[in-house]
Amino acid sequence: MRKLLRKIFLIDLIEGLWVTFRYQQPKYIYTEQYPAQRPKIAERFRGAPRLNINPETGETLCIACNLCALACPENLIVVGSERDEKTRRKVLTTFTYDISRCMFCGLCEDACPVDALELTQDFELASYSREGAIWDRQMLEEGPRPTKYPW
Amino acid sequence: MPDGTFLDATELVLNMGPQHPSTHGVLRVILKLDGEKVIGTECVIGYLHRGIEKIAENRTYAQFAPYVDRMDYVAAVSNGLGYCLAVEKLLGVEVPPRAQAVRVILTELNRIASHLIWLGTHALDVGAITPLFYCMREREEILNIFEKYCGARLTTHAFRIGGLQYETYDTFEEDVRAFCDMFLPRVDEYEELLTGNRIWIGRLRNVGILNAEDCKAYGVTGPLLRAAGVKWDLRKAQPYSGYEQYDFEIPTGTNGDSYDRYLVRIQEMRQSVRIIRQALDGLPGGPIMGKVPKVIKPPVGEVYVSIEAPKGELGYYIVSDGSTQPYRVRVRPPSFVNLQALDKMCRGALVADVVVVIGTIDIVLGEVDR
Repeated sequence: MRKLLRKIFLIDLIEGLWVTFRYQQPKYIYTEQYPAQRPKIAERFRGAPRLNINPETGETLCIACNLCALACPENLIVVGSERDEKTRRKVLTTFTYDISRCMFCGLCEDACPVDALELTQDFELASYSREGAIWDRQMLEEGPRPTKYPW
Repeated sequence: MPDGTFLDATELVLNMGPQHPSTHGVLRVILKLDGEKVIGTECVIGYLHRGIEKIAENRTYAQFAPYVDRMDYVAAVSNGLGYCLAVEKLLGVEVPPRAQAVRVILTELNRIASHLIWLGTHALDVGAITPLFYCMREREEILNIFEKYCGARLTTHAFRIGGLQYETYDTFEEDVRAFCDMFLPRVDEYEELLTGNRIWIGRLRNVGILNAEDCKAYGVTGPLLRAAGVKWDLRKAQPYSGYEQYDFEIPTGTNGDSYDRYLVRIQEMRQSVRIIRQALDGLPGGPIMGKVPKVIKPPVGEVYVSIEAPKGELGYYIVSDGSTQPYRVRVRPPSFVNLQALDKMCRGALVADVVVVIGTIDIVLGEVDR
């Protein structure tokens, strides 16, 4: 009997509609107005790569050990180095990072013994050409120029 | 196949997919129709083939770990767990208890996320749009926990061979507990929307029936097998990563139809929350990384390890020739095996039911094609 009444008065449907109706309040809005509203990025987020420099001297922290290039599953890091004749040490000359092939697994970051290579919170990596996705040493050290929006 | 069909109309062969939105990716199903009735189906797969098993042969063991996330991309953490367990077994490495517990928490969170995606898209296929938004909202919370823990949301690469790369972040326990408290009432909400809904019952009940014998014959695992009434869950049958310490039930159905699978998955989400809470209560301290050599070079041998992924039994078969790269990696994906049963479930049903059946198998084409 109760089942029949529920059927006649469409109670089950009304219960479902009531759930939807409960969420009409504006405080339940979850939509984020990107790009006007910036998303909260976690500290450990693996985004755009950066080659850290010593803030006091401006010299790179990278010791050109090539471990990141060996750790990378996609072989997208190319480290160029030359031997300094006076100090007998390897010195970094070029550093190329192809973000178009990168899957941001973080293995290069883990491999780095001096915390020079780091994946940062920056996630806006769009560029107008495929060449723009190949980052050289200057871009890795200074960071990409972020696009400014008029609003 | 009878020669003359109803009204002597010739049979119609219809291509469903690969662009059809309800095939959940790029699955092509060739339907043989008699009017609206399906008299045969054939699956064409391979549109998303990336040769992941072949890639493994050219990568070191550690380098291949990010690739396994890209098979079942809605349950990347489970994939990573299976791969790490397989290589650990090959190496004979013991994983510290803290790492095991954190692995269980993250894997169960991922199981909930995968079931949420399934519930939302399945309801969308059937015609109920509302649950999708609610499911995505809760999934967002899980993805935020993943992002805070390991830095990525979807293809997480959360585990490393031998344990974990990252220690849990400061508010990890509070975040997960807050999610558990918030999530259980939300599951009741989904049930309010769907379980009693007459359209939902009408579309799902007695559609795509697969009984226990057929399930075993086809090798179907996961919620499909449990909905047919078989109490089989690898977390209980062959416990791994410390699952034997946790107390949970295996939800089962009776009919083996789509509606039972829905109920089983809803119950599984509740059980996952139960496991997460137990794991959090007994979260041990200590190291998070086992004794793994710097260069992973397993001895010559082969190993098969399977885990209970959200979609069924996920197995990794790895052959090692003693070098730093695997000789062969074979993956036994649950979706691929479960998809075999599509023809059996669709015969005699209507075209609209094919959509329901594809949805209820819960396939991810990245895993089917690899």
